[in-house]
Amino acid sequence: MDKKFVTLTIDDQKVKVEKGTTILQAAKQAGIDIPTLCFLKEINEVGDCRMCIVEVEGRRGFATSCIQKVEEGMVVHTNTPNVMEARHTILDLIISNHAKDCLTCTRSGNCELQALATKFNISKIEFEGERAEHKVDDLSPSLVRDFNKCILCRRCVATCKNVQKIGAIDCINRGFDSCISTVGDLSLNDVNCTFCGQCIEACPTGALHEKETIDELWVKLKDPDAVVLVQTAPAVRVGLGEEFGMPIGTNVTKKMVTALKRLGFDKVFDTNTGADLTIMEEASEFVERFSENDNLPMLTSCCPAWIKFIESYYPELLPNLSSCKSPHQMFGAILKTYYAKKEEIDPEKIYTVSVMPCTAKKFERTRQEMKNKELLDVDNVITTRELARMIKQANIDFNKLEDSEFDDPMGEATGAGAIFGTTGGVMEAALRTAQDKLTGKDLEKIDFEQVRGGDGIKRATVNIAGKDVKIVVASGLANARTILDEIKSGKADYQFVEIMACPGGCVMGGGQPIKSSKTISDVDVRKLRADSLYSIDEKSTVRKSHESPVMKKLYEEFLEEPGSYRAHKLLHTHYNKRDKYKLDEKQN
Amino acid sequence: MKTLEELHKIREEKRNELDLRVNTKTDTREKHILVCHGTGCTSSKSPEILENFRKILKEKNIENVRVIKTGCFGLCAKGPIVIIRPEDTFYANVTPNDCEEIIQTHIIEGKNVERLLCKDIDGTKVSSLDELSFYKKQKRIALKNCGVINPENIDEYIAFDGYKALEKCLKELTPDDVIKTISESGLRGRGGAGFPTGKKWELTKASEGNQKYVVCNADEGDPGAFMDRSILEGDPHSVLEAMAIAAYCIGANKGYIYVRAEYPIAVKRLEIAINQARDYGILGKNIFGTNFDFDIEIRLGAGAFVCGEETALLESIEGRRGQPRVKPPYPAQAGLWGKPTLINNVETYANIAQIILNGAQWYSSIGTANSKGTKVFALGGNVNNIGLVEVPMGTTLREIVFDIGGGIPNGREFKAAQTGGPSGGCIPKEHLDTPIDYESLKEIGSMMGSGGLIVMDDTKCMVSLAKFYLEFTVSESCGKCTPCRIGTKRMLEVLQKICNGDGTELDIYKLEKLAANIQKSSICGLGQSAPNPVISTLKYFREEYREHVVAKTCRALECKAMAKITVNEEKCKGCGLCQKHCPVDAIRGEGRDKRVIDQDKCIKCGTCLTSCPFHAIG
Amino acid sequence: MCENKNCCCENNGKDAFLEELFSVYKPEKDNLIQMLNEIQEHYGYIPKNVQQELSEFLSIPLAEVYGVVTFYSRFSLEPQGKYKISVCLGTACYVKGSQKIMDRLTDRLKIGPGQTTKDGLFTIEETRCVGACGLAPVFTINNEVYGKATVQKLDQVLDELIQAENNN
Repeated sequence: MDKKFVTLTIDDQKVKVEKGTTILQAAKQAGIDIPTLCFLKEINEVGDCRMCIVEVEGRRGFATSCIQKVEEGMVVHTNTPNVMEARHTILDLIISNHAKDCLTCTRSGNCELQALATKFNISKIEFEGERAEHKVDDLSPSLVRDFNKCILCRRCVATCKNVQKIGAIDCINRGFDSCISTVGDLSLNDVNCTFCGQCIEACPTGALHEKETIDELWVKLKDPDAVVLVQTAPAVRVGLGEEFGMPIGTNVTKKMVTALKRLGFDKVFDTNTGADLTIMEEASEFVERFSENDNLPMLTSCCPAWIKFIESYYPELLPNLSSCKSPHQMFGAILKTYYAKKEEIDPEKIYTVSVMPCTAKKFERTRQEMKNKELLDVDNVITTRELARMIKQANIDFNKLEDSEFDDPMGEATGAGAIFGTTGGVMEAALRTAQDKLTGKDLEKIDFEQVRGGDGIKRATVNIAGKDVKIVVASGLANARTILDEIKSGKADYQFVEIMACPGGCVMGGGQPIKSSKTISDVDVRKLRADSLYSIDEKSTVRKSHESPVMKKLYEEFLEEPGSYRAHKLLHTHYNKRDKYKLDEKQN
Repeated sequence: MKTLEELHKIREEKRNELDLRVNTKTDTREKHILVCHGTGCTSSKSPEILENFRKILKEKNIENVRVIKTGCFGLCAKGPIVIIRPEDTFYANVTPNDCEEIIQTHIIEGKNVERLLCKDIDGTKVSSLDELSFYKKQKRIALKNCGVINPENIDEYIAFDGYKALEKCLKELTPDDVIKTISESGLRGRGGAGFPTGKKWELTKASEGNQKYVVCNADEGDPGAFMDRSILEGDPHSVLEAMAIAAYCIGANKGYIYVRAEYPIAVKRLEIAINQARDYGILGKNIFGTNFDFDIEIRLGAGAFVCGEETALLESIEGRRGQPRVKPPYPAQAGLWGKPTLINNVETYANIAQIILNGAQWYSSIGTANSKGTKVFALGGNVNNIGLVEVPMGTTLREIVFDIGGGIPNGREFKAAQTGGPSGGCIPKEHLDTPIDYESLKEIGSMMGSGGLIVMDDTKCMVSLAKFYLEFTVSESCGKCTPCRIGTKRMLEVLQKICNGDGTELDIYKLEKLAANIQKSSICGLGQSAPNPVISTLKYFREEYREHVVAKTCRALECKAMAKITVNEEKCKGCGLCQKHCPVDAIRGEGRDKRVIDQDKCIKCGTCLTSCPFHAIG
Repeated sequence: MCENKNCCCENNGKDAFLEELFSVYKPEKDNLIQMLNEIQEHYGYIPKNVQQELSEFLSIPLAEVYGVVTFYSRFSLEPQGKYKISVCLGTACYVKGSQKIMDRLTDRLKIGPGQTTKDGLFTIEETRCVGACGLAPVFTINNEVYGKATVQKLDQVLDELIQAENNN
């Protein structure tokens, strides 16, 4: 007998699967679908919702197929009348306590509960009853919590607590009064939430979504006096197409540019250019700090959720952060100064919009530091999903759009800028520039395979100009914690650290198209999107930021040199220790 | 630290000294006044009684009389209880003011205090405990020491063969021998489901792991059940001893007792017992000179019924919300912190030492074919002798309710008995003669549960009763899985609708459908058994449900919304008592007139019903 | 203003009790419920800032601490009244009419179970079986048991308490 494999019967089919497989996985391998709701591969495998129940011969009660492992000779039935009635009842009960406003819900069409209701052909609710009414929390600039749509699957809790090790939300109260909330039911704005938005990606329904800012954008787009400039982050172009039924990771850069123009934006720019600018500043900052052994390791600073995290949890390491603003903030500042002057536009009339794969960027743009002469660098941040929503609202047939190019003069970005959208990308882009600067040569070896791939933590040592540079790339805040603890305790002596809050980096950001639990189980979404970015990089004519003609011109005409007074004023920032919570003790 | 020899010596000396506690014929000039210090008696001032006795004895310079604090005697309805040994005189409902008289009359003059003697159901005064019908059919194994020894004195426990079983196990038996004995005794878990204890030990022993745990589930949560508390309060060492034996068998060195914080007396006595056992070297390193180490920690529950479920209990010990885990894996495979863990409840443990000392055959000779030994029930509700009773398995419900419990008070009729608390069901009149054991109870739609046994008379509405239990389940559901979280709530809503007089026949169908699906698909025992009270009342009292939804009446008049209270002209004697008690002057009539209830004014409070001496109102 | 003399709500740092508590217990996650029990005992409730101290001490996210506090009915988030009246709704008491006692109590004090009167005098609680089934129905006031309760008896006890408070 083969010890590594187990043979069992599922719905009269003999199935041979690896030992340790769950009944759910085994059924999938046999082509049998078992419905799930609370299941999220490797993140939430708890069996709470009970949708995945099956009958196992000889066992009392149902088995929880998402958790229970197969056993030799097991006989499983996934769709007996008993199972089906129980599933229907469970689904009925869940919907009976759900705010059924699907017509106006942001998740309509991409909701796992709605999909199951359709699949099970639910046409009426048999067990209607009291529904828990909850106030919607929309006080934060990034996230909205609407518990009226929550089905208590706890995927968000597991993500926040285990994947990100933040635990801003948890299950509170008990029984029918159970709900997912924060301490004291405070707004997410007043707790330790980093606004990374990973909870949204985990949510099967519309209980969690970004704070939408489309309405004010439409107003600006209609305003003839406003000059509405838009920039799009690298990860957006490899996610947007999914909202229009294209394969995961499809590069839709040129259709996206056309769509943005159709929506009425005056100019469409590429945040990759902002990323090039970030590299110019950050690489030179690193070279300086590395040479002088000052405040090492240097920590990257382009991820706003990560910034909020370190400000709250590791304020003692703030001096190690790079002082660079994030690419879109830098770019916003440049648009309202250099570009405005060049194009002779009154900066007051410019309305800068960033399309981001991120929810934390909505918060970032409101930070006190992110302005110049009282003018905000960025006036509006919308997510990839919101852009898709706008395109749909405008009744644009995205799939049929012709191609167009980003607008000059900030148009052509390097491949280094493109890979900013994936974990390891910032590090690789920075190393390309740093090694040239340190050696004074134009090096050809520019692919840093050590920092690519989906691992949460990637450690490497690279040799630059005869010196070993210890680098580490971490994505996901739990991994960030591991690295920071190593640094704090003196266990590690890194020189350069890249951290992204979202596991996998921006391609998996909290503002990206939401994939169902089933898709996540079957497909490596991160890889598909990241590969698409690497292929953009590969095809780029220029792949080092400091060789970008746009950069050269920008520094020549305006910024002088990296780290100059003007660069500092516009492109750099500072950080402050932040309280994790704003607890209100007034009630006492 | 005591050597085995020293322990043996304590046992021998103490046993002689305490012989009068169990032997009425003891030839001694000493007397022991035992004052019950269970929770019931404590709350009716038994500590004050104890103090008074001691004070008076001192004032009067009386020697040879000791006043002892004991655990529960069981007959809580008669508390506070004082028993004087060796003559075994039973004084009921004693107040602190009675102490003087007891000392003077009983101790000094050698006569019984007639007015305080306990009365049996038929009104006869009994002078000794054994004469009470309440005790006649009982057999005390788990409660053996309750009411006999001072639970705060380890020497008294040792005197009655305490820690002898542990010594036997460590010195003479292998773990397999012990497990074999437990298996052969037929002991099954007393916490509810009745899993064979020996089997559980065997499975936990067989699980691989260098760290294992023994846990005592003392989170007695069934409303109306208090046998575990009584054992912890009256004989805490019996639990510690059994846990040590279990640890020896499965290879654990650490134990936890998870006990409700609502049981402060039990917690205190456990703490005292653990400290005493440590002082004597019975807990700690190298117990009895062997290489067996074992220690116990107390963990307090914080008010969540679901923590009585074993995996929820483990979650709670680990410091989290008491949300059950999906099984398998069972705790025997992966329990506390993922390590193999043995969990038994208090009453189960309380049987262990007795089985080891008296043998598997002795134990298995008691009880029925598949349920061996005794079971402790907390008898409550509409029954005369409310209290704790321990009977052999197989005793009939009729014996418990009528012979031991003394029947139904106020001339009312027996309607049903509820066992198993919110997880159990109702047993109607026609099953009064069923011998009670795990299987028979299940067969008639109830379950053993932890041992609550609530008697209901004919003034109880069975739909309301089902609603009561569902209210309990809804407020105690942990909220983890859908069927229990939302399903029980929906069941409760349907029951509320029916009790409000708004139900339809479709609602009965809905109840049944919900019940069946919640039972099958919930994660843990709480959810799986939550529908039981509805299912069993529907089974035996379906007619009452139908009356509620079709005729819109509640025969027990408990469902106020549809109740119409009237006076039966034939029975009414015109005494006017109902009129006097009515809070809203809704009753008309003068002199010896038959009374009439003004339905417009009546608020259906039911005061007149209880005040009528002729049962003429209904 | 908080009337509770033990309350630490105006004190941002740790008071002597917390200092002591944090030195007795090791910073291990499984101590959470044990420590909360002691905090509840000491302050009569679990103040928010104490939850935060605990969260830091045990390295448990504050939302999880809050989740535990709101799960167990023994813990309360608000200070309790001077008189905590608990009505037993265990089966034995229920069968003997304890719901009537509860109804009367909520009616008179105009608050529901789990709530405290505005003057901070009374808190009503539902409890499950205090183990005095022989005395059913039972209510307790600050752990003193009142057995064989009736609405009249409750009224009388309440009147006495209110009278005594008015005289103070």
